[in-house]
Amino acid sequence: MGLFSSLSEKLNHVFSKLKNKGKLTDLEIRQAMREVRIALLEADVNFSVVKDFIARVSEKASGEDILKSLTPDQQVIKIVNEELTALMGGQVSKIAVSPSPPTVILMCGLQGAGKTTMCGKLGLHLRKQGKKPMLVACDIYRPAAIKQLQVVGKNIDVPVYEEGTNSPVNTAKNAIKEATRLGIDTVIIDTAGRLHIDDKLMDELKAVKSAVNPIETLLVVDSMTGQDAVTVAKAFDEAIDITGVIMTKMDSDTRGGAALSIKAVTGKPIKMVGIGEKMSDIEPFYPDRMASRILGMGDVLTLIEKAQNAISEQDAIEMEKKFRENSFTLDDYLVQFESIKNMGGMQGLLSMIPGMSRFNPDDIDESKISRIKAIIQSMTPRERKNPDVIKGSHRQRIAKGSGTTVQEVNQLLKQFEQTKQMMKQLKNGRGMKLPFGMGGFR
Amino acid sequence: MGIFQLIAEKLAKTKQAIGNKLFELFNKKVINDEFFEEMENCLISADVGVTTSVEIVEQLREEVINNRVKDPAVIKDMLRDFILERIDYEISPLQYPTVILMTGVNGTGKTTTVGKLAHKFKKQGLKVMMAAADTFRAAAAEQLCVWGDRAGVRVIKHEEGADPAAVVYDAIQSAKAHDIDILLVDTAGRLQNKKNLMSELGKIYRVIGREWAEADVRSYIVVDATVGQNAVSQIEAFDECVDIDGIVLTKLDGTAKGGVVIAICGERDVPIVHVGVGEGIDDIEDFDAESFVDAIL
Repeated sequence: MGLFSSLSEKLNHVFSKLKNKGKLTDLEIRQAMREVRIALLEADVNFSVVKDFIARVSEKASGEDILKSLTPDQQVIKIVNEELTALMGGQVSKIAVSPSPPTVILMCGLQGAGKTTMCGKLGLHLRKQGKKPMLVACDIYRPAAIKQLQVVGKNIDVPVYEEGTNSPVNTAKNAIKEATRLGIDTVIIDTAGRLHIDDKLMDELKAVKSAVNPIETLLVVDSMTGQDAVTVAKAFDEAIDITGVIMTKMDSDTRGGAALSIKAVTGKPIKMVGIGEKMSDIEPFYPDRMASRILGMGDVLTLIEKAQNAISEQDAIEMEKKFRENSFTLDDYLVQFESIKNMGGMQGLLSMIPGMSRFNPDDIDESKISRIKAIIQSMTPRERKNPDVIKGSHRQRIAKGSGTTVQEVNQLLKQFEQTKQMMKQLKNGRGMKLPFGMGGFR
Repeated sequence: MGIFQLIAEKLAKTKQAIGNKLFELFNKKVINDEFFEEMENCLISADVGVTTSVEIVEQLREEVINNRVKDPAVIKDMLRDFILERIDYEISPLQYPTVILMTGVNGTGKTTTVGKLAHKFKKQGLKVMMAAADTFRAAAAEQLCVWGDRAGVRVIKHEEGADPAAVVYDAIQSAKAHDIDILLVDTAGRLQNKKNLMSELGKIYRVIGREWAEADVRSYIVVDATVGQNAVSQIEAFDECVDIDGIVLTKLDGTAKGGVVIAICGERDVPIVHVGVGEGIDDIEDFDAESFVDAIL
């Protein structure tokens, strides 16, 4: 599984012989679908879900619209991506709010999925939206689970209700009463991790659910789950009729095919995702982005969105003009680095670029970027505008001023020259909207 | 092995279990392409992974054709042997004093495994100690202390947020002073792609090697049986960081059987040492390859 194992490249290979012909035969569709199948299976999408999916996409691909395609591989990826997105649920699905408060959210799932942490993240998320949440500790089995929720609650400044090892049904019921008394509008109930085949504990969960009548019953699932995700989700859904799913540990390097499997078998939307160790690391779930991730095509949409946030339209136009006129200076170079920083750093960026998702972002030395910044900032305005004037003694001064070496200064100037060359070549093509004009920062 | 009978029983409980599908498969009379394709699907749906599944089935198909095997029962035995070959390892016995460093991603069951192992070793008459080096997760040390009480084993801990390497340092000094046979180190769950957290783990590992050079240090990675292909990347990264000596496969009492370890063991020469089969203190067993395969097939 190297850097170039992404589906788009494999498909590229399949279609390399037919480039520019713009038509697909059944045989080619079959070959392409074989690659799609492997990509999905390697991403842990359940194998029967894959089978259905392939059948549907093949049918669509052999229809008329494929004939109009510019390149066959792009067309196939487009169809696969569209079908995947449609299967994932199309739109963002929000956490429901009960018309008669308090809104009760019941969290459930297997052991170690991340329920307790997610309760905290969700609590903080809702608090930031102006809600008044409360957490309820109903995991009476795992040692120190109640304590964990209390610590989490304290960290996010949200009250935690607990009754020790009293029965979860009673605790949950009393918690709602207490919430009403305190004017709490959202109650998040943490439950013990349980196996879907543990009848006793599944009955307990049913009892809790019917006692508190939650508007949301959310299944918390580890995004690294394999083929069994289907079995688990189906069992929980049949037992307690879940209303949605939360995927956790999405900041791992998993492709997360479990999300697709679960959506396909339960039909229930994925509502939120956990994306880090911090309590604020929670996000709504974007089906289209997940589709790209499963296919190993990177999170292009997130990337574009981040780029849009980091660079104002005005800046972009300005930059594009400079590219065209080739009046790009080291000052502009510096601005580009600032934009990268605003977009979540080189590591964050790379993980979202198609084909780079398998690349280990840790290999990039972020400190190198700060060194480059220091070098540029140690130059005089004249030097920044016209690097040609930088002679040997200047380089020594710049190195001293930035706490780097002359070699590093040389390297930067060389890179800058290369970037300028690259832009010259790009000039004749389409205008560059994204600040990707940089090479060699590994 | 009673515990694997239990697994077999639990397997029987689920219609999704690959064992059932394979059972149907091996009851078929005709050995054709469809037969092998079906077998490949069974392995894939057990998380064995596409590459390894194809590899196993191709190898099997070749042998079947070469030896003109017609009996599905014989083919089943052959499949069993192929898988066994990949996961059956001789595990060198522990040399006391031993330090076991328990690592893995979040939520796989590290703390529970440490607690169960402490109890198991104590029952064997060994002097055991635990170190709560998960100083990150809320109430992780408290959780380990509950296990300590249950097993009657001392836990060395610091404040939440303390340097985990410092906890381990203290634990080693204390273990030496008390003539401890086995020191079990619980660490915080960390995703393998988090560079800083992985270097923190590397530091813990180095502290152990430096402070207790004569100890037999074993790094274990705890793998959740429900995990998919990401386990491959998990083991690669942890192995690079702390030189993994063994896998603990947990939550085998569910419906997933952790088939991905078949791929991993075969490729990386890392044996499975223990399996976790429940939340009780006794729900841990030494890994037995034959029973494991029988439970799967």
